[in-house]
Amino acid sequence: MMRLLSSWRRDIVCRDAVVLMTDYLEGVMPARQRARLERHLASCDGCEEYLRQMRVTIAMLGRVQPEDLAPETRDGIVELLLAYREEAELDGEGGDGGGDDGVAGNT
Amino acid sequence: MTPPRTLGGVPDPDEEELIERLRAGDESAFGSLVTRYHPSMVRVASTFVPSRAVAEEVAQDTWLGVVKGLPRFEGRSSLKTWIFRILVNRAKTTGGREPRTVELDTGDGLGSERFTAAGTWREPPVVWTDDIEDRLAAPEIAARILEVVDQLPESQRQVVTLRDIEGLSSKEVCDVLGISEGNQRVLLHRARTRVRAMLEDDVRRWGK
Repeated sequence: MMRLLSSWRRDIVCRDAVVLMTDYLEGVMPARQRARLERHLASCDGCEEYLRQMRVTIAMLGRVQPEDLAPETRDGIVELLLAYREEAELDGEGGDGGGDDGVAGNT
Repeated sequence: MTPPRTLGGVPDPDEEELIERLRAGDESAFGSLVTRYHPSMVRVASTFVPSRAVAEEVAQDTWLGVVKGLPRFEGRSSLKTWIFRILVNRAKTTGGREPRTVELDTGDGLGSERFTAAGTWREPPVVWTDDIEDRLAAPEIAARILEVVDQLPESQRQVVTLRDIEGLSSKEVCDVLGISEGNQRVLLHRARTRVRAMLEDDVRRWGK
């Protein structure tokens, strides 16, 4: 904390820059702090590469695909939902109370 | 490809049509909804509950909540966010995940040894962003990323899963998890920092 406070006026150093990367990428930095960080990035290859690495990391996370769903699993769930829906309709609004009991209780 | 996203609750016409079909009880609409979201739901639920089997149950239970809530869904959030909110509420109630007893062994790659007393890099990060795709096959990276994400403390894991893997906005993540934007950012930062460090280690190890 003291370090951050004391660094308020002087230029940003690498150790501070890496801490600020997410705020920077999220676009939530106050304009002046942002300008100071950008000044640092423009003059520091290490931090510039670090920022690129954060961006690549985010892109890689974004490319993780959901697992495939087995057709049997999908069909099983859909069947359950349609049956449940029909039941709820037959019961009308009053059937709501029992709604969550449609599946075996959570363990 | 990732499913269509809505920003800040702007209605997506495809989604509106899908919702109409769901309300009408259209079987194929339910099929595509389940295909699109069920695996993600299990993944997200897994961050709250002790096992895959329980996560699967929470997801199924969530689907019933979705069917029940559909008539009242107003589209103020995207369908995905709404579903995830139901899911997370149920997962939290179920809970039961053992607190982690072993500390994560991957560091954040930013120990004090990386900086001089003046706060500059002792040894600047090695450039690997240009050729990571050539060095590591995509499925390999994805598997490693999931491995690291699985080892993160729960709260970091939840945020990074929803935000970066599932593609929710920060606002949506806060909404789904019930946390502040500031807290969300701190958790996201820690999680991304650790995943970055892991990628760096891997590139160093495999890329030689």
